[in-house]
Amino acid sequence: MRILVLAEHNNKELKSSTLSAITAASEIDENIEVIVIGSDCDKVNNKLKNVKLVKKIISVDNSKYVNPIAELISPIILSLSANYTHIMAPASTFGKNIMPRVAVLLDVAQVSDIIKIESSDTFVRPIYAGNALATVQSTDAKKIITIRPTSFDPASTEGGLAEIEQLDFSGDKSSTEFMNRDEKKSDRPELGTARVVISGGRGLGSAENFALLNDIADKLNAAVGASRAAVDAGYISNDSQVGQTGKVVVPDLYIAVGISGAIQHLAGMKESKIIVAINKDEEAPIFNVADYGLHGDLFDILPKLSSELDKLNTIQN
Amino acid sequence: MKILVTVKRVIDYNVQIRVKADGSGVETDNVKMSMNPPDENAIEEALRIKESGKADEVVIVSIGEDKAQETIRTALAMGADRGIHVKTSREIEPLAVAKILEKIVKKENPKIILLGKQAIDDDSNQTGQMLSAKLGWSQGTFASKIEVQDESVIITREIDEGLEKIKTTLPIVITCDLRLNEPRYASLPNIMKAKKKLIDSYTPEDLGVDVSQRIKQLKVDEPPKRTKGIMVADVAELVQKLKHEAKVI
Repeated sequence: MRILVLAEHNNKELKSSTLSAITAASEIDENIEVIVIGSDCDKVNNKLKNVKLVKKIISVDNSKYVNPIAELISPIILSLSANYTHIMAPASTFGKNIMPRVAVLLDVAQVSDIIKIESSDTFVRPIYAGNALATVQSTDAKKIITIRPTSFDPASTEGGLAEIEQLDFSGDKSSTEFMNRDEKKSDRPELGTARVVISGGRGLGSAENFALLNDIADKLNAAVGASRAAVDAGYISNDSQVGQTGKVVVPDLYIAVGISGAIQHLAGMKESKIIVAINKDEEAPIFNVADYGLHGDLFDILPKLSSELDKLNTIQN
Repeated sequence: MKILVTVKRVIDYNVQIRVKADGSGVETDNVKMSMNPPDENAIEEALRIKESGKADEVVIVSIGEDKAQETIRTALAMGADRGIHVKTSREIEPLAVAKILEKIVKKENPKIILLGKQAIDDDSNQTGQMLSAKLGWSQGTFASKIEVQDESVIITREIDEGLEKIKTTLPIVITCDLRLNEPRYASLPNIMKAKKKLIDSYTPEDLGVDVSQRIKQLKVDEPPKRTKGIMVADVAELVQKLKHEAKVI
């Protein structure tokens, strides 16, 4: 078996979701190659070179790939597909956008968002917002798979010595032109990989009140997340949404503030190691999944939490 | 210009689903069914494009058992013009759905196809992308804003990093995010009118599409249940527990 992993990156940095996909691939076979499609991606290639699990890196480096346009990337993967038994990518918006295009043109039924590998053709994937786990077997000769990054540890980026092969690709065209990206830059850890996440819901009441969460996030080195209700209300941007149609997070500590706990939100956070719920509604379903529940007014609780954390830090220092 | 919108009948998003004891699937008997939520956004957007004068017909397609017709009627009651039902006796995979839709597109010649970005039952998130690749049309996934101009479309896409704007050309396949718009409710007169609207019926065989399964579902399990923890009295106790019991801060 031979596996091709599609790398997710921003031309400068490799996304850890790629390293998770490499780990997933290694549970199928050790014959793993990674394709990096982008522009001026030396840093990304060099990072991947150090990944011991990777045998070869195929670099398709051209300014026309500076933004990941699905119509341009999928033909490259297709052109190489004959060499591989499995083609894998992270189930991020990047991978979701591209992989089904590859699958359909190979006449393969894609297996999306897997969380576990049973064998080279059998996988476990959540359905119904994670309220059921389906074990599925692909009968297609070639497997096209997207993996859930939080379900596989990132592969180590030490000790590797993979060769980098440059590949020129021509013959692709697309009428899609990239206009701009409104990317939220933050000094805080990335939501998908943060060890601590503090999320706010409709209960926060306004964008300004989210500052209360930011203060605590800074003290815990946490990422800030949100329920869909909070994003819909415009309190915070869409990249912070945790849930079935947002991001899946599996931090050591998840603090849900003013979030009732709809099924769709739980889908994105219920695998967290420890869950804390702060809510004024004693009946809120979020308390059913919380390890520690605190019933009360968040506007009263958050400032107190902030000062308790200060005390803790003072003692530690 | 014609717009094609796909809709799927799924277990209502508010229902707490139950896994069958024998592991064969999820209980659907006597369970409330509804339209897949982002499909409602797709219909709403199609209607708005039509109302702005840029399209003249909105056609609804649904694939599934007989009751999928109810979901089509719901879409017609919102204001769509007519429906197409492709009848299947069991759930089919996104690959087969894309193949069926390709055949429908060849018959109907729409310029814009709107789909929900994912179905909340199998959570595959594949059909729109597959259809776009199969047709060789432009693709705009996870759209939270769509601006149709003469022969081009500007789409704001919800991506993991934030928002991305692309400009592309017609014909196009667009998958819709829940934040695209606020779907309308059907008024009573429109519900009455919808009963008289035409729904054509086909089978995959009529369309010459092989829908045989490629992915075998071996079993369906319930995920491990989280046990309810404890309620703490105050913030001080919470911080102590997190520090000394859970050891996460």
